Amino acid sequence: MAQEQTFSSVHIGQQSGGSIFERIWWNIHDTLVITRRNLTYYTRLPQLLVFSTIQPVMFLLLFTYVFGGAIQTPGGEYINYLLPGILIQTVMFGGTQTTIGLAEDLSKGLIDRFRSLPMGRAAVLAGRTVADSIRNLFVVILMTSVGYIIGFEFQNGLLNALVAVAVLILFGHAMSWIFATIGMLVKDPETAQVAGFIWVFPLIFASSIFVPTTTMPDALRTFAENQPVSVVANVVRDLTLGTSTGDFWLALVWITTIWLVFAPVAVWQYRRAAS
Amino acid sequence: MTDTIVVEDVYKAYGDVNALNGVSLSVREGKIFGLLGPNGAGKTTLVRILTTLLKPDAGRVEVAGIDVLKDSMALRRVIGLAGQYPAVDEQLTGRENLVMVGQLYHFSRSEAKSRAQDLLKRFSLTDAADRPVKTYSGGMRRRLDLAASIVARPKVLFLDEPTTGLDPRTRMEAWEFIRELVRDGATLLLTTQYLEEADALTGFITVIDEGRVIAEGTPDELKSRLGSDVLELRVSRDINLKRVESLLQPIGKDMPQIDLQSGDISIAVNDGTRSLLDAVRILDGEGISIEDIGLRRPTLDDVFLSITGK
Ligand SMILES: Nc1ncnc2c1ncn2[C@@H]1O[C@H](COP(=O)(O)OP(=O)(O)OP(=O)(O)O)[C@@H](O)[C@H]1O
Ligand SMILES: [Mg+2]
Repeated sequence: MAQEQTFSSVHIGQQSGGSIFERIWWNIHDTLVITRRNLTYYTRLPQLLVFSTIQPVMFLLLFTYVFGGAIQTPGGEYINYLLPGILIQTVMFGGTQTTIGLAEDLSKGLIDRFRSLPMGRAAVLAGRTVADSIRNLFVVILMTSVGYIIGFEFQNGLLNALVAVAVLILFGHAMSWIFATIGMLVKDPETAQVAGFIWVFPLIFASSIFVPTTTMPDALRTFAENQPVSVVANVVRDLTLGTSTGDFWLALVWITTIWLVFAPVAVWQYRRAAS
Repeated sequence: MTDTIVVEDVYKAYGDVNALNGVSLSVREGKIFGLLGPNGAGKTTLVRILTTLLKPDAGRVEVAGIDVLKDSMALRRVIGLAGQYPAVDEQLTGRENLVMVGQLYHFSRSEAKSRAQDLLKRFSLTDAADRPVKTYSGGMRRRLDLAASIVARPKVLFLDEPTTGLDPRTRMEAWEFIRELVRDGATLLLTTQYLEEADALTGFITVIDEGRVIAEGTPDELKSRLGSDVLELRVSRDINLKRVESLLQPIGKDMPQIDLQSGDISIAVNDGTRSLLDAVRILDGEGISIEDIGLRRPTLDDVFLSITGK
């Protein structure tokens, strides 16, 4: 091993701590370092990105061509109704990778390594959820492009289209914190495979993502119309199609509430991880 | 001289498993401290408490003058940890792992890069530096993990079985690097299963078992607890060993131990040199020729086995 001359000079880098602004800055810094780490995974495992985009594209094509003819939806072509819903489904399914990834980090001791470093307490999870959001943005753009090829069109102007994308990304980010919380709770990657998915199905299928809720039985319909996935799907659809079926502010309240509840719970789980 | 690590009456239970039952110890600044004990003794638990990963149920823990429970963030800036199992990111390359850790210690990107380069060289990982860690062998991961633990040149370093899984040459190199670190002023607590390692490296040893301290002292002190040297000798093959045994019994503390396979006879004795001369005189008087004779200090293995009874 090579000699090292500089050991006596204790060097600890720039200190965190200090003023509140410095602390905020270092938390952002740490979050970005972790974000970068998580995005690197997609370059190391390109198949991860391929499969996490092929699957929703397949859903989009199958639903459009298999059900499209049989389903009556407001707003003309089924693809116009479907795409906003499929985007939400994609964001939800993608989140399960956060559950698995964090459970893996925990079981491999990486979370221990991070917890022994002088880094912000929320940074590991925030870095993960920010990386998720960046991936979501990429997938949303890709799927919208595919949608355009098979007949989708924004009907409500560019500005509303951008707001729709923003709502989607914010919703996905809030959801990521739920996925993160589950990952920190189940701790083991195999359980995470199942636990990450299982609660997502009812939310996705008992919703207005694929079909209008009007024909569902009463009890199911009450659930389907009021659960957050439908609330957000309706708002995204309103923004892209110019309809008015949803409540924009209610969607924001849901997103904020999910975030305010699960971000602290996930960080709390992180801090007491394995203890 | 101040104490860099102070542990006072620490308790920790996992459910109904009492991992630590009132452990107290202290480590002088600039020393290597060995924490020994059989599997499940509580070594890893104590290391995790000292490195802010685990909260004790009771007790006081201080490292580098910082109360571990009150100011864990300040403590994390001055300690390094290499846990029992390497904690490195499999998908990242070795270099990316070290740069990331450097950045999380708030090095600038260029500082983090040059530090990573130094460490990769120091741990003979330069050739593999830009391969994902998932392609590394067990020993390479271990080395990378050790490198990650000293990125910020910690004042106090915790190594939980640092050389498990290293080949003999790499282990020697790791020892050399551990000595170097301490020469430069770091304090080090290491746990190990290798008594030879504790003997070679540490100035002071605490042995724990079932969450309690059962012995402590310098390696020599621990060994002299056996109170004696060991006299070892071999006689020519045709001599009846039973006869030798009874002839030598008066000079030993206990019965001589005979290894029936090799014919080696070992006797724990109080005064090494005199016993050696006595043995030669007695056997010579009986006309028994000695092929080999010598004194050795008891090894830590002798000590370990006698105090843990395992
Ligand atoms: N997370 C946990 N949950 C329950 N019991 C645990 C947990 N971690 C450790 N233990 C128990 O606590 C005791 C001490 O474990 P610890 O890992 O500290 O031992 P150790 O001395 O490091 O052993 P080894 O030499 O095998 O690494 C053991 O009985 C172990 O089974
Ligand atoms: Mg252990």
